[in-house]
Amino acid sequence: MNKTLKLATLALALALPLAAQAHKAWLQPSQTVLAGNNPWVTVDAAVSNDLFYFNHVPLKTDNLAITAPDGTTVAAQNAATGKYRTVFDVELKQTGTYRIGVVNNYVTGSWEEDGKPKRWRGTEATFATEVPKDAKKLQVGQSVSRVETFVTNGTPNETALKPSGVGLELVPVTHPNDLFAGEEAKFRFQIDGKPAADLEVEITRGGTRYRNAQDELKLKTNAQGEFTVKWPEAGMYWLEANSEDNKTTVKQARQRRLGYVATLEVLPQ
Amino acid sequence: MRVQLTIALSGLLALPAYSAEIDVQVQIPQLNVAEYHRPYVAIWVEGADQKALANLAVWYQQKSTSEGHGTKWLPDLRQWWRRSGRTLKVPVDGVTGPTRPVGMHALRFDAQHPELGKLPPGDYTLVVEAAREVGGRELLKVPFKWGGAGSGKAQGSSELGLVSVTSKP
Repeated sequence: MNKTLKLATLALALALPLAAQAHKAWLQPSQTVLAGNNPWVTVDAAVSNDLFYFNHVPLKTDNLAITAPDGTTVAAQNAATGKYRTVFDVELKQTGTYRIGVVNNYVTGSWEEDGKPKRWRGTEATFATEVPKDAKKLQVGQSVSRVETFVTNGTPNETALKPSGVGLELVPVTHPNDLFAGEEAKFRFQIDGKPAADLEVEITRGGTRYRNAQDELKLKTNAQGEFTVKWPEAGMYWLEANSEDNKTTVKQARQRRLGYVATLEVLPQ
Repeated sequence: MRVQLTIALSGLLALPAYSAEIDVQVQIPQLNVAEYHRPYVAIWVEGADQKALANLAVWYQQKSTSEGHGTKWLPDLRQWWRRSGRTLKVPVDGVTGPTRPVGMHALRFDAQHPELGKLPPGDYTLVVEAAREVGGRELLKVPFKWGGAGSGKAQGSSELGLVSVTSKP
């Protein structure tokens, strides 16, 4: 029992490399509101305890997806991974809003082989080929997680904000690049396209190193999956929500973990 | 032909059935700083709900430098950018222009103004926002009567000096 529990915990830890206990995953753009001819943003991607400082591990950006204002995908440039952070640039050739996100859709497994524990992580496709059919004490889990941020060149638009309908997603009611201190912003969470009611949402302002408390805002979505936040002051904010269900697509998997993180910039009045 | 007619008609409609005029004075203060750049300034008229109704002037660096085109820093005029700038295609004839030096700048707008002229007479607010490279930002508001007589002023404390509006019918 205890061993199973440990294995399960291990599987979970594997399943959520981004949201491993206490650690915060994030993308931080150099700025979120831009103008001019083909401006650039540079983005830091890291996992850390403090917001937004690089002091733990870089965020893996293998599954980085940048959606341009017209809905097409653009590539990151000058990507590099150091000891504590990954960094990449995005050229904003179009005007409108870009969504920059890392979306991980994993299948994890753990089993016993010759009396020793084995751990595995892959995709739904590789699960069939890489995990032995006769694996003993097989534990399978799935996880869909997102780490996102938004930047706008010129006039904001909504095309890149459209949800995919898979996993836990934030649907902005207030535009994510139109956030101001002292004002309210409204967002909606959905799971597989349906409102995520009673979901706990945590929002923490950056600069935690220079204060004694996290000062996090704890909110909950209503029946429509919506929540409203009144930004107490300007700054870069980290927003997180987690959930789990049993809507797995791999039949051996019993549980699906869902994670969502966004970095949002709130400007002063 | 039909398009031309529509344009002609809308031109007629734009002519206000009243006269109105405002004299605006905006002071850019002298600052004792090591590195000085002329501020970006936006002057606009807003309604009761802070909706931008008319852009009167936007002063920014018109040329490109090694750091990029002057439009790159327009979002630093934060409120103007949000209320109007980000949906505006610059340059705009009679509105956008180069940055201005320290001193008092007098501007006059009347009912011939393409945006102001469309506003019904009433109470509005003149907003002046200034943002300076490696410096600060300041925003002042002065309520005024469009199509009526009156005057108002606001005193800046950092990036702006005196801003005054005198209106007459």
